[in-house]
Amino acid sequence: MVEARIPHSLQEALILMSQATYTIVNGATDLLVQKRSWSGTIPKFSQPPLYIRGLKELDYICERSGMLEIGATTSLETILHHPKTPKILQHIILTMASPAIRHQATLSGNIQNASPAGDSLVGLYLLDASIVLHNRHHERVISIQDFIVDVRKTMREADELITKVVLPIDKFSQCAYTKVGPRKTDAIAKVAFGGLIDIENDRIRDIRIAFGAVYKTVLRSRKIEESLMGKDRSAVPEMKHVLLEGYASLIQPIDDQRSNRWYRKTTALNLLEAFLDSISR
Amino acid sequence: MAKIEWMLNGTPISSDIDLSMRLLDYLRDHQHLKGPKEGCGEGECGACAVLIDHQIANSCLVPMANVAGHEVVTIEGFAKTKRYQIIAQAFIDCGAVQCGFCTPGMIIATESLLHHQPQPTISEIKVALSGNLCRCTGYNMIIEAITLAAKRGRGEW
Repeated sequence: MVEARIPHSLQEALILMSQATYTIVNGATDLLVQKRSWSGTIPKFSQPPLYIRGLKELDYICERSGMLEIGATTSLETILHHPKTPKILQHIILTMASPAIRHQATLSGNIQNASPAGDSLVGLYLLDASIVLHNRHHERVISIQDFIVDVRKTMREADELITKVVLPIDKFSQCAYTKVGPRKTDAIAKVAFGGLIDIENDRIRDIRIAFGAVYKTVLRSRKIEESLMGKDRSAVPEMKHVLLEGYASLIQPIDDQRSNRWYRKTTALNLLEAFLDSISR
Repeated sequence: MAKIEWMLNGTPISSDIDLSMRLLDYLRDHQHLKGPKEGCGEGECGACAVLIDHQIANSCLVPMANVAGHEVVTIEGFAKTKRYQIIAQAFIDCGAVQCGFCTPGMIIATESLLHHQPQPTISEIKVALSGNLCRCTGYNMIIEAITLAAKRGRGEW
């Protein structure tokens, strides 16, 4: 019988993963909620857990070749305070969790959970983050949009581990992020909205818009974004109606215990409208 | 079951334990340390807070595997320090304790904050307490107590 393990190196982790199927446990702040039972009982995993949080070789955040590289076991708190962390990600981490969670939780854990309401995912989609995976023999790099394929489903194979996340260094002149939830931190989003914009001489050089918790994955439309590229900011008000209609046709939220379809869609579009209004001001 | 080496309240511990056991259960059921409480069991209330390497963590969300090689301090261990005395007295003086269920977690959150930011602003205090719920005080008195503790304990952190 395969048992829970704590690997002492990345290499040991990858060898173990080549021999059996494990549940990868990193900061455990989501998984222990999902797997818990009564107090005093051991959380139950369907596959033996592989506890990787202690892998020091994956605990880093550094700038390399103009990109920010974040190791898989780096805490959210460390990411929050790094001077090169993009502002949008800092905003997200601050409303994502309390300090007690941020000290334990990791970005790679949030990615692997692949929840439609995963807070960090809105920022990672906006930034076009890349996910680096390793198995015993190979490394592969996948964009976040390709990596997450459906609700809680990713491209990761059973013998692969997310080893790092790679982000571009921030170049945006304006960022907006709003999470709507019952509490400022430690709450699962009813709706999340993020926007990035790079404006030079009143001309939109780059604009990115993403929604969380309103679709099976984070929702981002490059087609709609492209319709705004190169436009003067003063043109946004007259385009607003078409833009809102465009996103309204894409947003497909669900009813659940946290919110309902109508509220989620209405709020998402209100947040988008406020963002569009802020561009032309 | 596996063996892990770690530190609990200043004492080296070698535990032969189920790696998936929650730290909270280990502390309460195996070490009889009842200071950390189970409130929500989901990391939302902070009643189970402990310090891991001087940083606040929710012990209900920490598997024993993740304390290997680390130092855990509970309210019982922290109570032996001068910094605890300063914080506890400030909580008493400001009326920041009513039913007391959240208080160990609040004091741990205070220590975690002051360890990294000895003279916090009100805004920094609010962020530091954002994972700790209190259903009695309305928080104002707790914020006043932390401000007072930082003032009285200048030089201790």
